[in-house]
Amino acid sequence: MRSLHAFTGGVHPIGNKNTDVLPSIHLHGFKEVELLLKQHIGPPCTCVVKPGDKVYVGTMIGRAEHPMAVPIHSSVSGTVKEIHYVISANGTPVESVRIESDLREQVDPACCPPLLENKDDFLKMIRDSGLVGLGGAAFPTHIKLNPPADKPPKVLIVNAAECEPYITADYRQICEHPDDIVDGILAVMKYLSIPKTIVGVEDNKPLVTRIFTHELKKHFFKTGTPADIEVKTLKSIYPQGAEKMLIYTLIGKKVPPGKLPLDVGVVVMNVSTLRFIGLYLKEGVPLTRKRVTLDGSALNTPGNFIIPIGAKINDIIEAAGGTSEEPKKIIMGGAMMGVAVDRDDIGIVKPNNAILVFGSKETTLPPESACIRCGRCVASCPMHLMPTGIDQSTRRRDVEGLIKYHVMDCIECGCCTYACPAKRYLTQSIKDGKSLVRKENERIATEKKLLAEKKTEEEGK
Amino acid sequence: MALQVSHSPHVRDAATTQSLMRDVIIALLPATFAGWYFFGLRAVLITCLSVLSSIVFEYISRKIMKREQTISDLSAIVTGLLLALNLPPTLPLYMVVIGAFFAIVVVKQFFGGLGNNFINPALGARIFLVIAFPKAMTQWAVRSGAYFTRDALTGADMVSSATPLTLFRSSENLPSISDLFFGNRAGCIGEVCIAALLVGAIYLICRHVIRPVIPFFYLGTFILCVWLFGNTPIYTLFNQDFTTLSAWSNLFYEPCYMLFSGGLILGAFFMATDYVTSPITGKGKMLFGIGCGLFTFLIRYYGNISEGVSFAIIIMNILTPHIDTLTMRRPFGEVKAHEQK
Repeated sequence: MRSLHAFTGGVHPIGNKNTDVLPSIHLHGFKEVELLLKQHIGPPCTCVVKPGDKVYVGTMIGRAEHPMAVPIHSSVSGTVKEIHYVISANGTPVESVRIESDLREQVDPACCPPLLENKDDFLKMIRDSGLVGLGGAAFPTHIKLNPPADKPPKVLIVNAAECEPYITADYRQICEHPDDIVDGILAVMKYLSIPKTIVGVEDNKPLVTRIFTHELKKHFFKTGTPADIEVKTLKSIYPQGAEKMLIYTLIGKKVPPGKLPLDVGVVVMNVSTLRFIGLYLKEGVPLTRKRVTLDGSALNTPGNFIIPIGAKINDIIEAAGGTSEEPKKIIMGGAMMGVAVDRDDIGIVKPNNAILVFGSKETTLPPESACIRCGRCVASCPMHLMPTGIDQSTRRRDVEGLIKYHVMDCIECGCCTYACPAKRYLTQSIKDGKSLVRKENERIATEKKLLAEKKTEEEGK
Repeated sequence: MALQVSHSPHVRDAATTQSLMRDVIIALLPATFAGWYFFGLRAVLITCLSVLSSIVFEYISRKIMKREQTISDLSAIVTGLLLALNLPPTLPLYMVVIGAFFAIVVVKQFFGGLGNNFINPALGARIFLVIAFPKAMTQWAVRSGAYFTRDALTGADMVSSATPLTLFRSSENLPSISDLFFGNRAGCIGEVCIAALLVGAIYLICRHVIRPVIPFFYLGTFILCVWLFGNTPIYTLFNQDFTTLSAWSNLFYEPCYMLFSGGLILGAFFMATDYVTSPITGKGKMLFGIGCGLFTFLIRYYGNISEGVSFAIIIMNILTPHIDTLTMRRPFGEVKAHEQK
C-alpha cells in the first residue's frame, strides 16, 4: 500500500524505536507518589483530601471545579502524607499531594463500570475518569468530545502516527490492546454520532494495519455489523502526528490558523486516549496508570513500562533496571518536543508518554553560530513559517516583525532547530517571541481599557 | 547529579555549517584540478595564494574586530577557492591578494561576517578587480609548453587567446562544443571544464547541500532567451527537416555554445546558489534564478563586457532582500484575504 505524504516540510530524525518489539511491563512497588493537582490544560483542581486520609487506587483527590479542569485520582492505595507546592517539570509551582503507598494497590470499592444512556452520560463519564489527551497536549477530552451543535464532526481521526523518535508506547498499546481501542473508537462514534473513523499510522509500524484489520474482523463476527473504521498508512516523517498535518494528510483539509479541527468537521484523538475509554467502559477504574517508553543510552534496560501516575522519575528508573552511567539529561516526553528536567524527583503526569535518560553520548549542547540563510528551517517548517525571520525579530525585540512573520502560528515541533546547520536555538527563540507578542497584546488591551475608563469618567463629569 | 537543561528539540541533524562548506569545497575540487591541468603551475599558485590570503585576512580582521574566530567554519576557504576559480590564470599575484582582501575584509567582514554580506564575496572581489585592473583581468591565455618549468610557474609560457564569447561575437574560429565541454579553451581557471563543474554540481545536489531550483530557473530562462531572442531565433529553424541529425544540432547549437562558454555553469551552480546572498523561500529562489538568467542574457547579447554572469548574479544578490519580502510564505491553512467569505 502506498504511504500517504501530503504536507510539505518536516524532517527525518533517526527513529531510535529501540523498544518496539518489547512487551510492556507493569511496574509495582512504588513507596511514594507525588500527584500534581494540575495535569491538564486549564486551571488546577481543588484538593479534597488532607494529610492522614486513607486513599485507594482511583480515589478522587483533586476535584475539578472549572469546566476546563479534569479531576485527579490517587494512583496507589495508602495514606496522604503531605499537601505542598512543588516545582513542576516546566518550572511553575503547582500544588501537589504526596501519598505514601501501602504497596497493596487496592482499588477503590466505589469504582465500577459506568452505565451509559446518552451523550451527556458519556461526557460525564469521560470527565469523571480523569481523562485528558494522552498524546502529550493534555487537552481535556470531555471538552474535545463536546462539539458545538452547529459543527457536527464527520470524521474521527485516530492518531497512531507516533512520529517522535524513541517513543513506542502507542505502538505497544495497539499491539497489546487492540480490542480496547476498537471499543473506545466505537463508543466515541456511537455517542457523538460520527459516521466514519480513520486510523493514521506511520509506515515504520507495518504490524498495526494487520492487527487492526484482524480486530475489525473479530468485531464483525461478534456483532454482525461492520464498523466504518479505516486504517491508512502514512509516510514516516516528523511531525506526521501533529494534529493539523495529520488531518491534511488523511483527508486533505487544512485547518486555518487559530481554528480547531472541528472547524473542518474532524475530531482527532490519540490511540492511547481511545484505549483508555475502552478500558474504562469495562472496568471503571479512573486514569491512574500510564504506559511510558523508557529509553536513552544511560539506561540498562529500555522498554515500555506501565507506571502509576505520580511515580517519581528516580524511582521509575530504579524499578525499570537502573542506569549504566550517570544520566546527563533527563527528558519528560520525546526527543523533539519533550522537556528536559533539572532534577529527577518529579512525579510523572498524565500526558507523559516517555522518559528519556540520555548519557554523555546523546547529550549535546552545540554552540550557536551565525545564520547562513541556508533556508533549511524554512523548508522544514510544516506550518510554512520562516523561523529564521522570527528568530531575528525576537532578538531585536521587534514585535511588529514577529506578527508579520506569523509567530503565533508556530506549533513548536522543533523541525527548524533540528535542521539548522548553524545550530541556532530557533524553537526557543520563537517561544520567546510568542511571549513578547502576548505581553504586547496585554499592554494594548490594558491601555484601551484605561482609555475607555477615562472616557466614561469624562462623560460622567 | 547535575542534569543538563536545554530547550527542545534534544536531537539535532548531523549537518553543520562546517560540513556544508566542506561539501562545497569537495564539489569544487574537480573543477580546480581541471583548471590546474589546463593552465599549469601558475593556476596552482594563484589558487593556493587566494585561499591562503583569504584565511589570513579572515583571521586578522576577526582579531582586530575582537570577535570570535570563525576560520573553522571553512567559509573563508570556500571564498578563496571560488575567487581563484574566477580569475584569469595570467593575473599578477599581488592582484590576487588584493582580490582576497576585498572579498574577505570589505565585502564579508565589514558587513558582519558570514551570513551578513549582501553580495557574494568572491564575485564582489572579481568585479572590483575588473574595474580596478581592467587590462589584467581581461587578458585571456592558454598554456603552452611543459608543466614543471620556471616559465610555467611565472606564467611566461602563456599564449594569449580569445575566449569563446569574444569569438562568438566575431564568429571566427569557433571552438567545437566538445572542446568547450571538456575545457580546452581560454577563460578563468575554474570556469573552463564544464564536465568537472557538473560532477561537482551533481555531488552538491545529491548531498542536499543545494537545491537545484536556482540553477534550473537560471539556465532555463537563459536558454529560453537564447532561443527566442538569440542570433538564430528558434522560429527560423522550424522549417527544417527534423528527421536529420543536423537539424537537431542546429536547434541546440547556440544554447549549448552559450551555456558552455563563459562562467555560466560555475555561476549557476556555485555562485548563484550561495545561501547568504540568495532568497530563502522556494518561490524567491525561482524569481532569483529567472532574474539571473535574464540579466546574463542581456549583458551577453547587448552589453560590451565579459562579466555577464558575475554582474547578473550581483544585481540579483542586491535584490534578494526585496525578493524575500515579496515571497513571504503564508502559514499553513491561511486563507487569502479576498478568498474569505
